[in-house]
Amino acid sequence: MSEQTPIVVVKNLVKHFSVTRGIVFQHKIGAVRAVDGISLTIGEGETLGLVGESGCGKTTAGRTLLGLYVATSGEVMIDGHNVRKARGDELLLIRRTAQIIFQDPYASLNPRWTVNAIVSEPMRVHHLLSGSERTERVAELMHLVGLSGRLVNRFPHEFSGGQRQRIGIARALASNPKFIVCDEPISALDVSIQAQVVNLLEDLQDQFRLTYLFIAHDLSMVRHICDRVAVMYLGIIVELGERNELYEHPLHPYTTALLSAVPIPDPMKDRLRKRIILPGDVPSPIDPPSGCRFHPRCPIADENCSRVVPEWRLAAPSHWVACHKV
Amino acid sequence: MPILLEVTDLMTRFHTAEGTVFAVNGVSFSIEEGETVAVVGESGCGKSVTMMSVLRLIPIPPGEIAGGTACYRGVDLFKKTEAEMELVRGKEIAMVFQDPMTSLNPVLTIGRQITETLIRHEFLEKKDAELKAINLLEKVGIPEPIRRLGDYPHQFSGGMRQRVMIAMALACTPSLLIADEPTTALDVTIQAQIMELVLSLRDQLHMAVIWITHDLGVVAGLARRVLVMYAGYIVEEADVEDLYSKPRHPYTLALLQALPRVDRRRDAHDHRLKSIPGSPPSLLMEPHGCPFVIRCEYAEDRCKTENPPLRTIGMNHRIACWVDIDVEPSK
Amino acid sequence: MPGWIPVSVTIDPGLYNMEPSTSIIPSLTPDDLETPPIGLGQLAWRRFRRHRPAIFGVIVLVLLFLYAFSGGFFFTEKYANFTDTSRRLLSPSAAHPFGTDTIGRDVLARSIYGGQISLLIGLTAVTVETILGILVGALAGYYGGVIDSVLMRITEAMLNIPEIFLLIVMAKFFGGKIPEVAILGRSYSGSVVVIVVIIGLTSWMYLARIVRAEFLSLKENEFVLAARATGTKNLDIIFRHILPNSIAPIIVSATLGVANAILAEAYISFLGLGVQPPTATWGNMLDGANNYLDTAPWLWFFPGLLILLTVLSINFLGDGLRDALDPRSRAV
Repeated sequence: MSEQTPIVVVKNLVKHFSVTRGIVFQHKIGAVRAVDGISLTIGEGETLGLVGESGCGKTTAGRTLLGLYVATSGEVMIDGHNVRKARGDELLLIRRTAQIIFQDPYASLNPRWTVNAIVSEPMRVHHLLSGSERTERVAELMHLVGLSGRLVNRFPHEFSGGQRQRIGIARALASNPKFIVCDEPISALDVSIQAQVVNLLEDLQDQFRLTYLFIAHDLSMVRHICDRVAVMYLGIIVELGERNELYEHPLHPYTTALLSAVPIPDPMKDRLRKRIILPGDVPSPIDPPSGCRFHPRCPIADENCSRVVPEWRLAAPSHWVACHKV
Repeated sequence: MPILLEVTDLMTRFHTAEGTVFAVNGVSFSIEEGETVAVVGESGCGKSVTMMSVLRLIPIPPGEIAGGTACYRGVDLFKKTEAEMELVRGKEIAMVFQDPMTSLNPVLTIGRQITETLIRHEFLEKKDAELKAINLLEKVGIPEPIRRLGDYPHQFSGGMRQRVMIAMALACTPSLLIADEPTTALDVTIQAQIMELVLSLRDQLHMAVIWITHDLGVVAGLARRVLVMYAGYIVEEADVEDLYSKPRHPYTLALLQALPRVDRRRDAHDHRLKSIPGSPPSLLMEPHGCPFVIRCEYAEDRCKTENPPLRTIGMNHRIACWVDIDVEPSK
Repeated sequence: MPGWIPVSVTIDPGLYNMEPSTSIIPSLTPDDLETPPIGLGQLAWRRFRRHRPAIFGVIVLVLLFLYAFSGGFFFTEKYANFTDTSRRLLSPSAAHPFGTDTIGRDVLARSIYGGQISLLIGLTAVTVETILGILVGALAGYYGGVIDSVLMRITEAMLNIPEIFLLIVMAKFFGGKIPEVAILGRSYSGSVVVIVVIIGLTSWMYLARIVRAEFLSLKENEFVLAARATGTKNLDIIFRHILPNSIAPIIVSATLGVANAILAEAYISFLGLGVQPPTATWGNMLDGANNYLDTAPWLWFFPGLLILLTVLSINFLGDGLRDALDPRSRAV
């Protein structure tokens, strides 16, 4: 964990998607509050985990952070550059410094392009290296991710899911980025391939001093790979802490319930656990509950929780939480 | 407990333009009444195809059940006519699938879908069927069941739809429920809800459950016995405690070693997950030798040429391996 | 029991996930693929091969092209336009296998040269309409918003005007204003260019809508987002990323567009507004047969048959292409 200037600083990032009605003249009737004010920092060389269930806004957060979605409000600084304000060359520089790996290895590679074209695209866009140097570098990157250099003229459909994911990683590395958003990079892969890809990501991080935002819903994997973890619920971060601290002493009731629901591959231990089963489903992000968003499902909520939005505060060393009852 | 389903030497193939896919290659197992058995494996191992073959839900062509028997209560399902099978499906053996959105008919109300199966199998009148459907929805924990009867699948969340699927599956009190990755697409908290639901219903109805999954964590919490499949074979079969504490097949061991843990620290400096090198074999080739041989760190010469049969190595514990990796927990 | 070797491997269950790490990238033997390369073109070809009507269509089309373009070695254009009123309206014979027309010209020769023009019109009109259709559809579909609204309103306006009406208006407007053009050793009257332009300008809308629909859905794909994350410019995304993925409906539309153009040419010529004599096209040959439908059926039969065969075989070809290029059909 780094104490110097963090590579990524996010302040109150908000992303709402409008819900409109009307064909010719569209008027807004509501908004999907996908990300409703999140703040975080990531230090150089660190891996920050962003976890939550579907609909919590973590994927939207990752994409908005990079500027792929236009933020509704808030500030994002990547390596000293303001993402929301950047234009032209500065924006291009941000695109070089900050990259992304997607969840779906089948959809994130252009099916009509060869591997060579896919991996060398960042170099072309940023005018890095000359033609023949680029070809060499593509082969280098392929080796780096464990694929033979002879495969550069093949098409994505000829590869397996895990291999495609590695091609996506090679592409992300092509412009020598400092920061990579890993948007559920292993969820679509088999268990044994997940381990391969995660090990690769860690090795690359060591070798190139990369910084990761690791977005995932698999809490076991997140514990393995991340230094610090932020838990998202319905568009906001409800808890943020150092890895072992958060997993061993969760403060927010949602975190506790989430952790208790994760299956443990050990029958003895699993039987002894106390599972907290949360009632009902996750509410819609169009109309989040009043006060603390979690209160309708929270086992320890009281009347105050339904009226007052809990403050984001430091409850223990390096351990933040938004809850009245802690 | 008496044996409910006994499958012997099941072989299923698919004839495609690229060649024959050897999806299931001589699978044998049995399920007792009231038992909960998990079938574990990664994608392409044949776990779903095996169960779909038992229920004869494989499209023939391009599929083909190339051999074996599946005896339900002593009668071979493969010898039944399609009409006879329709009496078995839903009534004796029910199946729940992974994606409730595609297994529920989007243009029919769920009330209609549940009552349909009741009217067909239990010969109930429409009114009685509706009452029973409401009862079932209540049982699976759907709030306001009377109102929900008239709702369409898209009006339910993923977890709710899965509960509806379970309600439909249980409508005629089957003796065996086959659940094919029913919680894989669901969030972990919803998964916990569904697992708890299935377990409680199982106890109430004294039903046998086959739970197909790739998640070794889910298996630990649910099953009494586990079958591990790879490339169309069962490679290990054991009681759940034995499988996790003493895996004897290299693939099972490798799978367990590749799993990160939510309840343990990653100790000291840099301990990696142990990944399995390579990828699963192509099912387009007729299997020779052990299918796991090229990825196995304990492989011997024999493994390349001879396919090991399943053999018993302990109480309820069978492996398909020439090498017995006898694992003991150290003190 | 013979045949197995007990091996003791002591593993602490608490150490399942432990493996000493290497500080550099582990040297995995890099993954290679077992299967030979299969390009997307090859996959499509395999699917196409199995479509019998399509293969039939291709064969017939090749024959028709040969007929029209190599027939020029057997007859000169002068001969095709050579009038001899003493030999008018002769029914088919050895000297004139397809008979002669109202002013004594050989129908067979005319059908050959006419074929050249009709097919040429088909191909060039389609080129015009494809380019227009792609431009409009791609920009509208990708950018959305105001650009989309404006472009779509124009498209819809054009679609709502009856095609024949448009054709007639344009023919009247452009007729006679465009000079002769010489290509490939033949001199084409200006009216040919006019026809090509008119047909092109009245048929692009259908393709534009299709392309727009493709772009609307394709732009949501993750590889497009990935391209944006790389910093790729919009125009590059449109033409190098998305367009290659929407080739299938474009090819199908272009193929069928050729048939359409040939028919359109026939309509216009039948109305007397098309390519002017003495230059022959299949369409104006039909027009010339107008008053002689019963008495000299060979005047309309042969050009009609040629049009029929062309349009039919193009349609079969289009069917085959559609099946072959449909990415949803997973069977190969």
